[in-house]
Amino acid sequence: MPEIDIGTPVANAVDWLTENFEPLFDAIHAVMEFFTNVVLYLLTAPAPFVVIAVFTALAFWARKWGFAAFTLLAFLLVDAMGLWIAAMQSLAIVLVATVLAVAVSIPVGVWAARSDRASSVVRPVLDFMQTLPVFVYLIPAVFFFGIGAVPAGVATLVFAIAPGVRLTELGIRTVDAETVEAAHAFGAKPWQILREVQLPLAMPSIMAGVNQVLMLALSMVVIAGMVGAGGLGAEVMRGISNLDVGTGFQGGVAVVILAIFLDRLTSAFAAKKRRRKRRAPAGPTATTTPGTAAQPERDLAAV
Amino acid sequence: MTTSLELPADPVAAGETGVAAPVAIEVSHLTKVFGAPARRGLGRGRSDTGGGKPPAVADVSFTVAKGEFFVIMGLSGSGKSTLLRMLNKLVEPTSGTLTIDGRDVSRLRDGELRELRNKKINMVFQHFALFPHRTVRDNAAYALRLRGVNQNEAAQRADEALKTVGLEGWGDSLPGELSGGMRQRVGLARALASGADILLMDEPFSALDPLIRRDMQDLLLQLQRDHQRTVVFVTHDLNEAMRLGDRIMVMRNGKVVQLGTGAEILSMPADDYVADFVSDVDRSRVLTAGTIMRQPLVTARLDERPEQVLDRIGAAEGLGAYVLDEDGRILGVLSNDRLADAVHQRSTSLADHLTDQYASVPDSAPLVDLCSLVGRHSVPLAVTDDAGRLVGVVPRAALLAAIANTEEAPRA
Repeated sequence: MPEIDIGTPVANAVDWLTENFEPLFDAIHAVMEFFTNVVLYLLTAPAPFVVIAVFTALAFWARKWGFAAFTLLAFLLVDAMGLWIAAMQSLAIVLVATVLAVAVSIPVGVWAARSDRASSVVRPVLDFMQTLPVFVYLIPAVFFFGIGAVPAGVATLVFAIAPGVRLTELGIRTVDAETVEAAHAFGAKPWQILREVQLPLAMPSIMAGVNQVLMLALSMVVIAGMVGAGGLGAEVMRGISNLDVGTGFQGGVAVVILAIFLDRLTSAFAAKKRRRKRRAPAGPTATTTPGTAAQPERDLAAV
Repeated sequence: MTTSLELPADPVAAGETGVAAPVAIEVSHLTKVFGAPARRGLGRGRSDTGGGKPPAVADVSFTVAKGEFFVIMGLSGSGKSTLLRMLNKLVEPTSGTLTIDGRDVSRLRDGELRELRNKKINMVFQHFALFPHRTVRDNAAYALRLRGVNQNEAAQRADEALKTVGLEGWGDSLPGELSGGMRQRVGLARALASGADILLMDEPFSALDPLIRRDMQDLLLQLQRDHQRTVVFVTHDLNEAMRLGDRIMVMRNGKVVQLGTGAEILSMPADDYVADFVSDVDRSRVLTAGTIMRQPLVTARLDERPEQVLDRIGAAEGLGAYVLDEDGRILGVLSNDRLADAVHQRSTSLADHLTDQYASVPDSAPLVDLCSLVGRHSVPLAVTDDAGRLVGVVPRAALLAAIANTEEAPRA
């Protein structure tokens, strides 16, 4: 049995990339750092209670009282535990990684939906990204981007992107074939069909994908703490390394609060979109013009 | 169905309609093999797997005249929907040519093909295929919006189309709020609003329940009377085909089995398959007086003598005779009793003894309309042409035989 070593070539490749693509990585670093800082600034510049009020208002708008009350109490608790800044740091990384992941995953999902060949290429890549232990690509991420929020954001992006692509592809592929055919039959251009028929009809699935991306990104918060991204991850890591159960638990609770808040908020958005489409009709009465149409009354009775 | 004698010229019966009319669609040797390398196009390309499969459509040729209602009929798997989709190139033909209004469709570039689909040839789908996220009005205006008609005008024309199909006032609803029959009215309005003069209909009423299906057929017939479009209509329901179609093309395993008018297919099925198919059709609605009429046994002229006529009737074992003028128009009827009286009175003129104890129908009247008329009088039912000339008679026995489908019945 010959010994096969694929670790060395990969390590060499990473070295080679680090040396030769430094400007690219620097650029990515700069962009991600910029976005993360902007979001972090928006979240931390106002006093915590202002931000909490905004979150509560969002929660109320999305789901009414119960969720608003939860949001208010939960974030007051985060603040009271002294974890406000850490929580906002984590939230900033999660939001930036999610937005970028969605920005990448929707076009890739559309591409995979339109071509079986693309789909067969994309699928194993996604499997690889999702199941390869996170620490394994956290190390090259540190090589490329140093330590801090950026490698954490990139690793989070890579880990979280899969459901966005998969659910976009699934959503578009499951749009009723006859409906797409109808758009063709009336002379629509491919991009018109995509924009006006396929994407809107795939939206519930795509929104479910966005929700999943967000949840996976949150699950990376603690691991991000290991590469010096700060935030709640650092808090939890501190708890672990000091065997301080209390600190670890507080950090963990704050992560859970963020997760519940983001999950309920985004799933409510998806549902709201659907509800708006299905608003009740004004209640028109069908008028049958004599001589132009057979009576639709029988149909109406079935409404 | 009325039993009125003054039926309008029924398109179902007028089998020869459009033979002289200009051609709208010409299909020649069209073949589709799924999985075979096809010419590239805008088709959505159904599952392209597996080779060496039998063709879905094999070497089909036919022409559809402008304004004709052409029905493609067959069971599932007969290739009828594939054939229909080749007419607007949703399915790319493997070989053969297709000409629409004299233009070879396979030579069109993508943009031209889209324009053809947008303005010339529209489609109505089996499961309606409406856009569920758009209002009924936006659905109806779809083709117009695609071609860049401004919003107000498109909405106005969409509303007109909705009114035509009996959905006035429903423009702001969403398709999901409508019943099946109403949704297909929207599907129809969407095709009508574009102003296209060729309509492809893929089993449009088969997802509807029977009562509503009948309403929709009526609506379609009415639309055709108001504005005659060229319609290619796919169905698996022979009664529907007979009711709507000027001509019917029966398909099986991708091949054309028979092409003809409803009456032709019913009275002269090309093979056992078609015969089997037509066995449960309501023959009384499809066959017409013209297809089952016979030569009258005895006719008389006004200048004949009563004894001569009575002798002829007696020889033919009839009960009476039609009296015709020079041109063959019916003047009246002589029954045996009246003739016997005339002979008894030594009358020499037939004119004094004529009665109007008869009924007549045009040769296009369906048999169902004959049932209540036949057998009432001493003479068999008269069949007349447009000028009122006697072209044949329908005795009660012939009518019963035709409806019962005995061998000797149809003598078209």
